[in-house]
Amino acid sequence: MRSTYRFLAPLMVLGLLLAACTAATPGASTADGSQEPGASQGEEDLTGAEVTVIGTWTDAEQESFLAMVAPWEEQTGATVKYQGTRSINDILAAGIPTGVLPDLAGLPGPGQMAEYVAAGALKPLDDVLDIETYVEETSPGLVALGQVDGVTYGTFIKSAVKGLIWYNPTLHDYAGSEPATWDDLIAEGEANQGDAEGLWCLGIESGDASGWPATDWIEEILLHQAGPDVYNQWWAGEVAWTDPAIQTAFETFMNDVVANTYGGGTTAVATKFDLAGDPLFASPPGCALFHQASFITGLGAFVGKTAGTDYNAFPFPAFNDEFATAVEGAGDLFGMFHDTPAAKSLMRYLVTADAQDIWVARGGALSANKNATSYPDDISTLMGGMITGAEQFVFDASDQMPTAMGAAFLSHLVSLTAGSETVEEALAELQTVADDAYSE
Amino acid sequence: MDERVITAIIAVVGVPAVLVAYIWGTEQALRVVPEKMKPRIRPWLWMLPALAFLGLFLLYPMIGTIIASFQNTLGTVWVGLENYEWFLGSNDALSALKNNVLWLIFLTLFTVGFGLLIAVFVDRVRYESVAKSLIFLPLAISMVAAGVIWLYMYQYKPPGAVQTGTLNAAIGVFGLGPIPWLQVEDFSVNTFMLIIVMTWMWTGFGMVIISAALKGINPELLEAARVDGANEWQVFKGIIFPLLVPTLVVVGTTMVITALKAFDIVFTMTSGNLNTDVIANLMYKEMFRVGEFGRASAIAVVLLVAIVPIMFFNIGRFRAQEAVR
Repeated sequence: MRSTYRFLAPLMVLGLLLAACTAATPGASTADGSQEPGASQGEEDLTGAEVTVIGTWTDAEQESFLAMVAPWEEQTGATVKYQGTRSINDILAAGIPTGVLPDLAGLPGPGQMAEYVAAGALKPLDDVLDIETYVEETSPGLVALGQVDGVTYGTFIKSAVKGLIWYNPTLHDYAGSEPATWDDLIAEGEANQGDAEGLWCLGIESGDASGWPATDWIEEILLHQAGPDVYNQWWAGEVAWTDPAIQTAFETFMNDVVANTYGGGTTAVATKFDLAGDPLFASPPGCALFHQASFITGLGAFVGKTAGTDYNAFPFPAFNDEFATAVEGAGDLFGMFHDTPAAKSLMRYLVTADAQDIWVARGGALSANKNATSYPDDISTLMGGMITGAEQFVFDASDQMPTAMGAAFLSHLVSLTAGSETVEEALAELQTVADDAYSE
Repeated sequence: MDERVITAIIAVVGVPAVLVAYIWGTEQALRVVPEKMKPRIRPWLWMLPALAFLGLFLLYPMIGTIIASFQNTLGTVWVGLENYEWFLGSNDALSALKNNVLWLIFLTLFTVGFGLLIAVFVDRVRYESVAKSLIFLPLAISMVAAGVIWLYMYQYKPPGAVQTGTLNAAIGVFGLGPIPWLQVEDFSVNTFMLIIVMTWMWTGFGMVIISAALKGINPELLEAARVDGANEWQVFKGIIFPLLVPTLVVVGTTMVITALKAFDIVFTMTSGNLNTDVIANLMYKEMFRVGEFGRASAIAVVLLVAIVPIMFFNIGRFRAQEAVR
């Protein structure tokens, strides 16, 4: 019986999306400031209304999201029809020209958000949200990332920081004396490497997104070497790939990381990202240090281990004082494609501290809202502090590039890490792609 | 009543009923046509539903794709041959094209060659049906599953670590390797590793068809040759092989088309990285990852143009064979 329903599920989702799209007549803009009475309280009666939502969260994350919206459903009487999928980019790319879109959706990144705005698909949120409260409660870097030409189209309902260096405290405990600079990190890392075969663990295999852990590396190095301005100009296409700053970042990655990697670049290319950190815990250890975002604690050999005693982390070190507090983060950007009353109400609810605290307390997420701080453990608290304390906050560069550029960035880092290209060759190739990708 | 029961009734009773009603309806309509014309019109009326489906689901999208290949991403501006110029100027596209040629030559060669070899050999053993079933089995596996299986076969761990990949564990017994099978770009080794997966799947197909043709050869012919003193190699070279050529051509052309359409294996195993890309995967990437509808359409048209002559050739061969019978 159940399997029959499971088989029908994709069809039902499509049906729901179609229903949602016919219900909300596209083009009929109601975002002219005509708010429903009592809208700001988020307690309007929406009994029977449905909001279709698609997001990248599945399994545990999906449960957390549903737990987050449950109080809203109770308050308003409306229901959320959620579908979690990893191919959100493909679905939205196909949905923009055809108009088959959900009411609310997770957006792959600010770059895609701008594309959807240009296509006229995303609805502005300035009149939907209590914008002053939103701006005040949210990290300014995140607010800016959700805007196109000063108009807010995307909000963050949770966030994450990248740029954490993980280590196994039983090999060497860095707690209390975290390396402050890159040179310290390399020197101390090599001095305390012990039996570990390589200094770093690296794994960049990830299906058709292979290479992204390496692009994260390049981004972190560039952000701390050259600063957020160069970083932002770079993904925006205003700094050439052949620029010395970019080349230095690539060379740092190749010389200080790939050359000191457990099993070399070939192993990195052949290893899945979620299992890449496992050699940290092997005996003898494969590596001493591992760079990955916070979600790694839910994957591979990290599962079932205790933060603080089995593994720990420190923030990405500075290359110079100037950019020491810059942080690369990620966030789940959320946008609205149909401005139904229920969709607007849900959007207003999701940005509140009360809503975000639900997910934060369940673990696995950092809030975008400064007032949501119910973190379950020390590492989460450390990362939450990194976000609110960041003087400069940048978003994942490869996610913000035009999609063609981002895809080429990924695949060239696979070739580069595997050793089948030199830095010069890769950068020249990437510049050729850039000339084409940014011209449109 | 349960919704599913209603659906089942519609499917089991409704569809045949509609078909019968359609045939009956056409007969009613044919009443107005003079008796002499009826035999000429009737087949067309019977084919109409099938033709309508073909037109709607095959012809219409095909024409749409050709039109889109001359337009920009959103289909708003005519760009002439720009999408095709991009294709010919892109290193990725040319590398994919080169790999497709490798696929075309070697997949066809391997599947037809091994298929022939196995068909001829198992023809002479007692456990023929068991052997044939085993070799045919991989064809029943979905391509994605085959890709995942072979990912484990090819898995690579650094030297010194426990080799969990079947192949590296096997050669490790002799103190060799480990070899990063899917990461070696020199001489397109990784592309060949992918072709081997497809060969593993499709050899059974070639074998079954060739074996059937082999059974169709009159044993008296072979007997006569042997009586005249021909050895087994001469029998094969002089009689069996020439008689099998039409079948080999049919299998070969089918494999050429399969090679040109190769996608699943590449997508699941390397997703086109490290110079293993093929046309179909490139098309998927341009379409769904990059969102370049115009370029993706141009790639589709290139693929179509490459396949159509082979299909016509195949149909021609098929007709010639039918005529002989």
